Amino acid sequence: MDVVMLSRLQFAITVMFHYIFPPLTIGMGVFLVYLEARYLKTRDIRYETAARFWTRIFALNFALGVASGIVMEFQFGTNWAVYSRYVGDVFGSPLAAEGIFAFFLESSFLALLVFGWDRVSAKVHFFATLMVSLGSILSALWIVVAGSWQHTPAGFIIRDVATPAGIVQRAEITDFWSVVFNPSAMERLVHVLIGALIVGSFFILSVSAYYLLKERHVDFARRSFVPALFVGAAASLAIVVSGDSQAVMVARHQPAKLAAMEGVYDTGEGATAIHVFGIPDSEARVVRYGLAIPGMLTLLVHRDLSTPVAGLDQFEPDVPPVGIPFQSFHIMVGLGAYFIALTLYGLWCYRRGTLFGKRWLLWVFVFSVGLPFIANQLGWVAAEVGRQPWIVYNLLRTSDAVSQNLTGAHVGGSIAMFGILYLLLFAVWIFVLNDKIQKGPAPATVSGSTKPGGEGNMVARYSGHLDSLADDKDRR
Amino acid sequence: MDLNHLWFLLLGVLLAGYAILDGYDLGVGILHPAARDDRERRIMIHSIGPLWDGNEVWLVTFGGALFAAFPSAYATVFSSFYVAFMLLLFALIFRAVSLEFRGKRESPAWRRFWDWGFFGASTLATFLFGAAVGNVLAGIPIDAEGVFRGTFTGMLRPYPILLGLLTVSFAMMHGAIYLYLKTEEELQELVHRWIWRGFGFSLVCCTLATVFTLLWIPDAAHSLREHGWAWIAVVATLLAFANVPRALFLRRPFYAFISSLAAIAGLVFLFSLTLYPNLVISSLAPGYSLNIYNAASSQKTLRVMAVIAAIGMPFVLAYTAAIHWTFRGKVELSDHGY
Ligand code: HDD
Ligand code: HEM
Ligand code: HEM
Repeated sequence: MDVVMLSRLQFAITVMFHYIFPPLTIGMGVFLVYLEARYLKTRDIRYETAARFWTRIFALNFALGVASGIVMEFQFGTNWAVYSRYVGDVFGSPLAAEGIFAFFLESSFLALLVFGWDRVSAKVHFFATLMVSLGSILSALWIVVAGSWQHTPAGFIIRDVATPAGIVQRAEITDFWSVVFNPSAMERLVHVLIGALIVGSFFILSVSAYYLLKERHVDFARRSFVPALFVGAAASLAIVVSGDSQAVMVARHQPAKLAAMEGVYDTGEGATAIHVFGIPDSEARVVRYGLAIPGMLTLLVHRDLSTPVAGLDQFEPDVPPVGIPFQSFHIMVGLGAYFIALTLYGLWCYRRGTLFGKRWLLWVFVFSVGLPFIANQLGWVAAEVGRQPWIVYNLLRTSDAVSQNLTGAHVGGSIAMFGILYLLLFAVWIFVLNDKIQKGPAPATVSGSTKPGGEGNMVARYSGHLDSLADDKDRR
Repeated sequence: MDLNHLWFLLLGVLLAGYAILDGYDLGVGILHPAARDDRERRIMIHSIGPLWDGNEVWLVTFGGALFAAFPSAYATVFSSFYVAFMLLLFALIFRAVSLEFRGKRESPAWRRFWDWGFFGASTLATFLFGAAVGNVLAGIPIDAEGVFRGTFTGMLRPYPILLGLLTVSFAMMHGAIYLYLKTEEELQELVHRWIWRGFGFSLVCCTLATVFTLLWIPDAAHSLREHGWAWIAVVATLLAFANVPRALFLRRPFYAFISSLAAIAGLVFLFSLTLYPNLVISSLAPGYSLNIYNAASSQKTLRVMAVIAAIGMPFVLAYTAAIHWTFRGKVELSDHGY
């Protein structure tokens, strides 16, 4: 493989690894704010216990998000130097703003959130939690702004600049706010944030359902399950609305991507059909084994029943691959439908009071935890692969953007390094996560800091004996 | 002062902030194996537990600001140092997760693994920073387009290695003084010995680095001659460094900490001054060097960024001060965290 392919692969691996963590941080952050707000209001110690438990998982996850995020920040320069020179004037500002406005906020208040339980008052702690959550949303804001600018560039001009090598061209900002509010930024942000809420709520649903099935920490589990179920259902419904307006936006600004996501090879006459599923065949330029609903795509995109949707034939030769965007997009949408069905059914059972008795349903919740992560990843894959062959849409080709001094050995070596490291980290993450979940929330009564040398205390604190005592108390 | 100079200065501030802050927690990592048992190691890790992440954000923000203000320099430096930066990323990731994972299980083998990871990653990262600085000062083979024409092994020259050792030695000293503030009783006495060793090591490296900088880096002497006032910075840095043993002798560790912090800031300042007005020096032809004008973003962007910095930096300083204040005092082992 050449340097361009390898660099693309490396970017994909590292960003997909990074993107396991932020959605969970963002989603769970909101939930932590809720728990602590309830605690401040009711002063019911059980909310505090719950908040402490989720905070521990949150912190673990956050650390991995930070560790993998630094890679992303460096990679534009290491692998995409030509790109960085070309767009740095525009693209650098949101990245720098992310550092100054979001990461400092997050990381500083995270210290209070994780380590501050006994150092600051409950009110200050609540404030810290709020700030961490806000910080994670702000980091999503700035990075999504930067990323969206690559899809729908705005607020810039191409200008000649003098360099030691002579005159070269690059993009320069003309209007900062047009960069920030570039045509796809805000819609994408909304979609990403809702996606994060789904991840967060399904995570909490899964862990709580597991406790319910194992009859451990039952009271705690119910208190977590029910609000998460409501949020999950609302978010799953909302993401369809947001996704629909995303699709309209894509059709307007990146029609070739839409054609790829839907497998529209040739612009037809009249209204265009939508495929519920299928396998695109780029040789024959048709979608095989599919189920098509006539006219539906035109209805969704143009809101009428006559305008044909532009096919890939109109954009030759700059067309994206079809298979990956098509399948990623369709699986994401399919998963979205599944989330709606599951959460609504859960709510219905809850209303009828049968929810906690349906063991199979709880097991479904336990095992659904990975799906929102997958939906999020696939959404990005559809968006980013659908942007090809452009790295900045209609301005700079991915193949022209790579650092000129790199060789296949360089990038191959770093891919191997990241590959091994990330596999290790992923395994350890799952392992430690499982460990924490197995230990469960600590009983509220013995919380508080142990003095140096109090190791024994700590062991006792986690012993099953105390745990079950706490559970007994919970049930009373 | 024009916007290009402002951004050169602000990048210097971010870099100095990073060196001062992450300096002590990297130092704690380098000293980590010298602790005698698990409790001492936990105390050491606890001392930086709430703070290291915020410290590292200075680096992230430095990267973002370099990208935005001097994109060509960002692109050239990051792609030229490809192998070194991949190692650096490896080290930074490993360090972050070993801090996080270490305390999660009681098993000794588990802890030993992450302990060595933490030590190795901290040392490697610190060394690479210094070596990168050494290479930037000595110049790297970049052509007119800013494309690197050398090899990774070509960067492992004596001067960068010396600067790598210099940063490691300063981190050890700085980290040890920090730990002294954070510990009590026998551990504190042990740490006291580490400070002296760190200081001795720094003294040797510092002397060598000064000599070789003046000998090998033609621009170094040049900028001192051109800016007479720069001698003040040299003297101030030396005084701050010399004040470390004095403060220790007087049993005033906090002043020792401030002194080593000032010495590090002074070194960053001298580094920037030697480089100025260049950002990357080409060893192929002086005309290929990237400076604060030919590598800069447009004036418009620099202005937008200045507004962002003016709004954001006061908050950043306030957060940094506030968390250091909240977590002041001796380490208390607690059950959340490590
Ligand atoms: C839980 C996650 C999740 C779920 C259930 C959905 N999405 Fe999504 N989707 C994302 C998570 C996501 C994402 C990861 O957040 C993406 C990637 C880039 C972006 O803008 O958001 C995305 C991208 C994305 C795009 C591409 C935007 C672009 O290329 O610029 C479209 C058109 C949709 N989505 C539409 C939908 C529709 C119609 C859904 C109906 C159920 C849907 N999404 C469910
Ligand atoms: C390629 C693009 C990306 C870059 C350059 C990037 C950069 C970074 C960096 C440097 C960090 C560590 C910050 C620290 O040290 O505290 C980080 C963490 C984070 N990033 Fe990313 N990131 C990218 C993609 C994303 C996306 C797409 C999102 C969300 C939609 C996101 C959201 C976050 C959040 C919330 C954190 C905080 C840590 C965590 O939640 O795990 N990032 N990112
Ligand atoms: C976090 C979610 C994201 C995921 C899962 C993701 C996924 C991907 C994938 C799969 C590719 C490879 C596409 C290909 O080469 O065919 C890619 C490329 C790329 N993405 Fe993203 N992306 C994400 C967010 C971002 C953001 C926020 C930015 C910018 C700030 C960004 C910038 C890039 C760049 C520069 C490339 C390399 C050039 C290219 O292949 O077009 N990505 N991404």
